[in-house]
Amino acid sequence: MTELHTQTLIELSAGLKAKRFSSVELTQHFLQRIERFNSELNAFITVTPDMALTQAKAADAQLAAGQGGALTGLPLAHKDIFCTDGVLTTCGSKMLANFVSPYDATVVERMKRDGIVMLGKTNMDEFAMGSSNETSYYGAVKNPWNLAKVPGGSSGGSAAAVAARIAPAATGTDTGGSIRQPAALTSLTGIKPTYGRVSRYGMIAFASSLDQGGVMCLSAADAALLLQSMSGFDERDSTSIDTPVPDYSAALNQSLKGLKIGIVKEFFDKGLSEENAQPVRNALALYEQLGAQLVEVSLPNLPLSVPTYYVVAPAECSSNLSRFDGVRFGYRCDNPRDLQDLYKRSRGEGFGPEVKRRIMTGTYVLSAGYYDAYYLRAQKIRRLITDDFARAFEKVDVLMGPTSPTPAFDIGAKVDDPITMYLNDIYTIGANLAGLPAMSIPCGFLSGLPVGLQIIGGHFAEAKLLNVAHIYQQATDWHKRVPKKYE
Amino acid sequence: MSLTRNDVEAIAHLARLAITEAEAQVYSESLSKILSFVEQLSTADVTNVVPMAHPLAGQVQRLRADVVTTSDEHEKFQRNAGKVEAGLYLVPKVIE
Repeated sequence: MTELHTQTLIELSAGLKAKRFSSVELTQHFLQRIERFNSELNAFITVTPDMALTQAKAADAQLAAGQGGALTGLPLAHKDIFCTDGVLTTCGSKMLANFVSPYDATVVERMKRDGIVMLGKTNMDEFAMGSSNETSYYGAVKNPWNLAKVPGGSSGGSAAAVAARIAPAATGTDTGGSIRQPAALTSLTGIKPTYGRVSRYGMIAFASSLDQGGVMCLSAADAALLLQSMSGFDERDSTSIDTPVPDYSAALNQSLKGLKIGIVKEFFDKGLSEENAQPVRNALALYEQLGAQLVEVSLPNLPLSVPTYYVVAPAECSSNLSRFDGVRFGYRCDNPRDLQDLYKRSRGEGFGPEVKRRIMTGTYVLSAGYYDAYYLRAQKIRRLITDDFARAFEKVDVLMGPTSPTPAFDIGAKVDDPITMYLNDIYTIGANLAGLPAMSIPCGFLSGLPVGLQIIGGHFAEAKLLNVAHIYQQATDWHKRVPKKYE
Repeated sequence: MSLTRNDVEAIAHLARLAITEAEAQVYSESLSKILSFVEQLSTADVTNVVPMAHPLAGQVQRLRADVVTTSDEHEKFQRNAGKVEAGLYLVPKVIE
């Protein structure tokens, strides 16, 4: 029998249904792997073995009674940005190092409802601000493909946990690439749905017009299953969209004959070396063999997406993070002189350097006299970028290109230069600005490090993206590769 | 675009962040770099472009009826607060 930890959720679900193993056995298997490997990876901030085994027992009872759905009894890890009732929820920050959430995020609640077993909470860049998982108060996460490299970020703990097979799947969030970039750097399938598809209730806010929850797992078919559980209208999120959720698994096997794939010219610019582009070009050639047609498209305003993002996201972050005042929850400084001192020192001591940098960038661009020149102008350019995408989707069904300009880099290599770090998300940020669904799937290796193919769709085209990814995964085995040490 | 240490201290005050002099120096350098980087935005022609506040066309902020939907759980919520007494959050004295 194949090892439990290298199987997809679909395979594990079939195993549970056929009583080849129980949810308790499956959960124990992953808890033991976490115990064995987490200290070298630093993927989890909190592990919840007792809660996991209680949930697994309940799932087994359901399965024994012939009840339960496709997800009942399957273990999963949640990014520590999702509030979990009665469990520490830190968002990777000293600010929330003592925060025990009094409620569940909608995503957590829905997955619980569907019988998912939570293994614990994964490490992340502080408040999701980072592309390497080095800004976490809980320390850097290591890439299972090479422990000297970053796993990407901000969902780096989720990426490392799934890539090392110490969790079969994990949730993530994506504000500028935080699901897709770590998925690419660790050889996983990651999807960021359309803005408004997955509820943001209980998902600690960074940049509210960009943040969106999603998943990181071993295949498009697994992603379809998880997305089905998470998606849908939620009254408690005022930007949740009230439109029906299609059956994501039903559309997976549609033929790609006649599919029009837009190759984004700006994705293959001077920032991408030919060596880095090669695995992506190979994937595109395979899509042609599978019956798709490649069409070159241009998104002329896309090169402005990173500077646009670094006005919009910090501005929204400075507003969102003003709630941390040392009074109602979170870190509180010792012996404040007065109220002003309480605010300033609680925030100054509780936030890490990158978070403070972004709060100050945002405060500056929103301050009197600068609002029009920065924030308003960025919001206008955001529309130009969104219009570029809309024009492209008049001609093609999906867009493709690289997920990240380079494979995983050394831990410490980019920490001193924020701009170099920000440019890691050069290919992913556009989809966030335009609110589009986008995926990253494994498409090869470069010097032993994984490379990701990015697929972007029109609004609410998640089913199409999953279909396009699934057909590729039927014809390739990149997504099945496991780092040697964790086989 | 370049920010002095004084500029940074003024921004930190607006953001209610206590920062040290050494931090102010570091941030004046990195914030200046970030602002120079976003200067590129001035190259785009945005004449008559309507600013975009929501990524999906035609979406407006949904409103709900002003009715009570949750029960009083202040004790549970206040467990996360630094200082609480008699159901109240405590802060340093504001009025002398």
